[in-house]
Amino acid sequence: MRRDPVIEPRNAAGTAPAPVTEPRDAAGTRPPPVIELRDAAKSYPGGVHALRGVNLTVEEGELVAVVGPSGSGKSTMLNIMGTLDKPTTGTVRVAGYDVSELSDSRLSALRARHIGFVFQHFHLAAGRDAVDNVADGLLYAGVPLRERRTRAREALAKVRLDHRRSHTPNELSGGEKQRVAIARALVGDPRLLLADEPTGALDTASGEIVMALLHELNASGTTICVITHDNGIADSLPRRVRFKDGEIVSDSRSGTRSGTRSDTPSGARPGTRSASRTEEAGS
Amino acid sequence: MRNDLKPSRLSPRDVLRVGAVGLRARRARVVLSALGIAIGIATMVAVVGLSESSRADLMARLDRLGTNLLTAEVGEDPLGKPVKLPENAVAMVERIGPVQHATATADIDARIRRSDLVPEERTAGVSAQAARTDLLSTLGGEVAKGAWLDRAGERLPATVLGAVAADRLGIARTGETIMMNDTRVVVVGILRPIELAPTLDRVALVGFPAAERYFGFDGHPTTVFERSTDASVEDVRAILARTISPGNEASVRVSRPSDALAAKAATDEGLTALMLGLGAVALLVGGVGVANTMVISVLERRQEIGLRRSLGATRSAIRLQFLTESLLLSALGGATGALLGAAATYGFARVQGWTPVVPPWSLAGGLAATLLIGVIAGLYPAIRASRVHPTVALNAT
Repeated sequence: MRRDPVIEPRNAAGTAPAPVTEPRDAAGTRPPPVIELRDAAKSYPGGVHALRGVNLTVEEGELVAVVGPSGSGKSTMLNIMGTLDKPTTGTVRVAGYDVSELSDSRLSALRARHIGFVFQHFHLAAGRDAVDNVADGLLYAGVPLRERRTRAREALAKVRLDHRRSHTPNELSGGEKQRVAIARALVGDPRLLLADEPTGALDTASGEIVMALLHELNASGTTICVITHDNGIADSLPRRVRFKDGEIVSDSRSGTRSGTRSDTPSGARPGTRSASRTEEAGS
Repeated sequence: MRNDLKPSRLSPRDVLRVGAVGLRARRARVVLSALGIAIGIATMVAVVGLSESSRADLMARLDRLGTNLLTAEVGEDPLGKPVKLPENAVAMVERIGPVQHATATADIDARIRRSDLVPEERTAGVSAQAARTDLLSTLGGEVAKGAWLDRAGERLPATVLGAVAADRLGIARTGETIMMNDTRVVVVGILRPIELAPTLDRVALVGFPAAERYFGFDGHPTTVFERSTDASVEDVRAILARTISPGNEASVRVSRPSDALAAKAATDEGLTALMLGLGAVALLVGGVGVANTMVISVLERRQEIGLRRSLGATRSAIRLQFLTESLLLSALGGATGALLGAAATYGFARVQGWTPVVPPWSLAGGLAATLLIGVIAGLYPAIRASRVHPTVALNAT
C-alpha cells in the first residue's frame, strides 16, 4: 500500500493501527472509490443551484479533470470533493467516509489524513522556507516536528526541489512555488490530491512542468483530481468530467492508463440522471 | 460509524510555533500593540516598586532613628496660660523604670540677629533654646561642622545652630558670632537636620547654665525628650505626663515623633493607589489595542485560515492558534513592561538614594494581568477566526 502507517489514525488503545476496515460492505474485494457522489446537489439561499444532482465515482489511482467554464459548478465540486462544504442533498463519500455523517472536527481529520489540496495561488506561508511550508502539510495529522521535516524533505525530493529546500517562497519561481505546494499536499500520502487550477497562475513552461509532475505522481499511484477551465489541460488527462450549469455534461476516458479498472463503464456519456443511475447500479 | 477519524491535537510546542507565525509576519504592528500593554505594566510595576522602595527607605530610617523616643511638651492650662514644667522634670522622668535617656530643651527669651548692625526689629526667623548636653545623643543628631556643647561650652556664650538656622543666618563656618539680645555669642557648631525633632533645625541652642546666666532663663524646661526600651514605649507614654507635671498632666502634650514618619508612609499609599489606577487604565487601553490588532489580523488572514482548515485544522485548532497569538502578543508586552518598570524603579531609586525594591508579587501580578488580558482580548477574534468557512482559501483569487 502507498499509505504510510504513521499517518493512519491511532485507535484508542494506542496500538499499531490495524489495516483500515473499509466502511462499505460491498461484496467485492475492490477498495471503495476515493470519491463517490450520489445525486449530490448544492443550492444556496436565493434559488442558486450550484450543483444539480451530480453522480460521480473516482476510483483509486485515477487522474481526472473536472473541467468547465466559470460558473459551471466546478468550484462547488472541488469544495464538496474536498469536504470543505457539504451538499444540500445527496450523498458524498470520500475515502469511504460518508461526509454528511461526520462532525466538523472529524471532517478536519479526514482532510488532514486523506486529502491533499493544491491551489491556483499556492498559498505558501511567506518568510518560511520550503521545508517548513511542506512540513505544515502534516501539522494537523499529529506528526512530531522532526518527522514532519524529514518527510517534507522526502516530498520535496519527489517534486525535484531538493536543491530549493531552504528557500522562502519569494525566492522561488511560480512553477517552483506550485511544486512546493504539491509537495505539501503529498507529504501526508493522501488518498486524494485535489488540484484547483494548478497551472492557472503559471506561464506555459512552468505549467507543463507541473502537469508532467502530476502525471508522474499519478503513475506512481496517487489519485488526482484536477479542476480546470482549460480544455488543453483537460485533454491531456486520461479522464475528463465536463460541467455545465451545475451538471455533468460528459464523462470521457482515453488512453490505457485506467485500463486496470476495465470493469467500470467508460466512454463519453451524457450526464443525465438516468445514465448515472445505470452506472451506480453497475458498480 | 467508524471512530478512526479522531482529530490530532497539536503538541504544546506546535501550538506556540503556530501562534507565533502571525506575530513574526507583522513585526511593526506587534511592537506597537505590545507597547500599549508594556506601558500599562511598566507603570504598575514602577509605581509598586517605587512606593515599596520609598517605604523600605522610610522603614530603614525609622529603624535607624528608633521608634522609642517620646517627647513631652508644655501646653496651656484651661485658662490659656502657658504652663511651666518643673525644673526637675528630667530627673523625674529618669526615675521611670524603663527610661534609658531623658533630656530637655527650653525656650528662652532671646532675640537673634546676625550682628549688632541689624536693627532689633529684624530678627532672622531663628529662635533661641537652651539645651542639655545630652540632647544630641538622645535624639540621634549629628554635628555637621564644629562641635556640640560640652561641659565647658554649656556655660559660655557659645551656641550650636540648627541646619536651617545656620542657613537663615548665613553662617557656613564655626567661629563666627551672632547677637542674642545684646550678647555676642560664638557659633561653635552647626547641626545636621534632626529627623525626629525638625523644630530644632530652626533654633540656636545654648547650654542651660549659659541661658540662665546671660538671658535670664528660669531653669524650667519646655520640652522633655526620653527614650525607653521598645517594649515599654506605651507604658511610659501612659505615665509620662503625670510624672513630669503631677496634677497638671492635662496641659502636657506627649507625642511620638516616629509616628509622623510612619504617617508619611501611610499618606503615600493614597498616591500609590491613584498611580496604580492610572496604570490599570493604560493596561486596559493596551488590551483594547491587542483585541483590535487581533480582529484585524483575523480579517486579513481569512485565506490562511482557509488553508489551515484545508490542511486539516479543526475549528478548535484555529481558535487555539489565535488565542495563543493574542496571549503571546500581550505576554511580550507584559514582559517588556515588567523589565521597563523594574529598570525605572532601579534608576529612580538610585537617584533618590534608596535601595531599589521590586516586589516579586508585583511582577507576578503584572504577568497574570497580562495573560488575563491576552485571553480576554483574544477570545472574540479567535472565535471569529474559527467560524471562517474553510472554502475561503479556495475561492480567493
